[in-house]
Amino acid sequence: MNTKTGLNWFTYAAPSRFYAMAGKAVPWFWAVAIALSLVGLYIGFGIAPTDFQQGDAYRIIFIHVPAAWMSMVIYAVMAFFAVWGWAFKTRMSSMYARALAPTGAMFTFLALWTGAFWGKPTWGTWWVWDARITTEFILLLLYLGYIALTEAIDDERRAANAGALLALVGAVNLPVIRFSVVWWNTLHQGATISMDAAPKMAATMLLSMLIMTFAFWAYSFAVVFTRARAIVLENERDTDWVRAVSRGLVRA
Amino acid sequence: MHWNSLNDFLHMGGYGLYVWGSYGVALAVMLAEPLLAVRRRRRAMADLSDLADGDLQ
Repeated sequence: MNTKTGLNWFTYAAPSRFYAMAGKAVPWFWAVAIALSLVGLYIGFGIAPTDFQQGDAYRIIFIHVPAAWMSMVIYAVMAFFAVWGWAFKTRMSSMYARALAPTGAMFTFLALWTGAFWGKPTWGTWWVWDARITTEFILLLLYLGYIALTEAIDDERRAANAGALLALVGAVNLPVIRFSVVWWNTLHQGATISMDAAPKMAATMLLSMLIMTFAFWAYSFAVVFTRARAIVLENERDTDWVRAVSRGLVRA
Repeated sequence: MHWNSLNDFLHMGGYGLYVWGSYGVALAVMLAEPLLAVRRRRRAMADLSDLADGDLQ
């Protein structure tokens, strides 16, 4: 009997609690994302000096590196939730995974796009199939494959399980992206920041990049929570609490 | 500030196309994505209202 109560809490109560909590949190994440973006861009364009080698083209770094980091972090979180939902049948985990995928795909696209616009003036080419760029492109295909697969299967449980398998297999790509600039002789430069070396860039450049990274984190929470709430409404439409929300009986 | 004028700023030391081509697209997709997410939630809510109306009839 006890286990059944626990199961009910996980299966039904968690989405309703999430829905209410996320609804309150989203405006705050937007406020933080906008405030940090303004500060980060002010430092990046107003204070950080022009690079002596790359001129002002390097200023693309303030969004390129944060977008590339987010593309990998979000994939790891997405794969974690997908597999967790698969293993423990927690529906909310699978819904988080599905809510994360489009944002991860967006950041992956952005990393590739800004990389192309940075590559052209510095390397003389928009695109090259070197290890870093190719593995990041594979990441984009993994996101799109995950989205297509989970959207194509109508049965919620089967969609979540198939998606989890794809996300898990694709996670192999993450360390390959991370170490691609070490394992292969790539046109792409090595890590911008490492734990065992002093930063190779001016403090203001680094500061702007880190603030933009936090801004992208806040953005991700805001947009993923919004999408997750939509997915919760879609998947929980037959429950009493969602009916109550839709009739305005519950403020959410 | 190392920009003497707005033109100077937009010119970006000769890299205006690349810098603004990056930031412009970033802004566009980071505005479009939340709008789509909000629209998806509104649509889910609207579908629920339709469902509720159907119950009443």
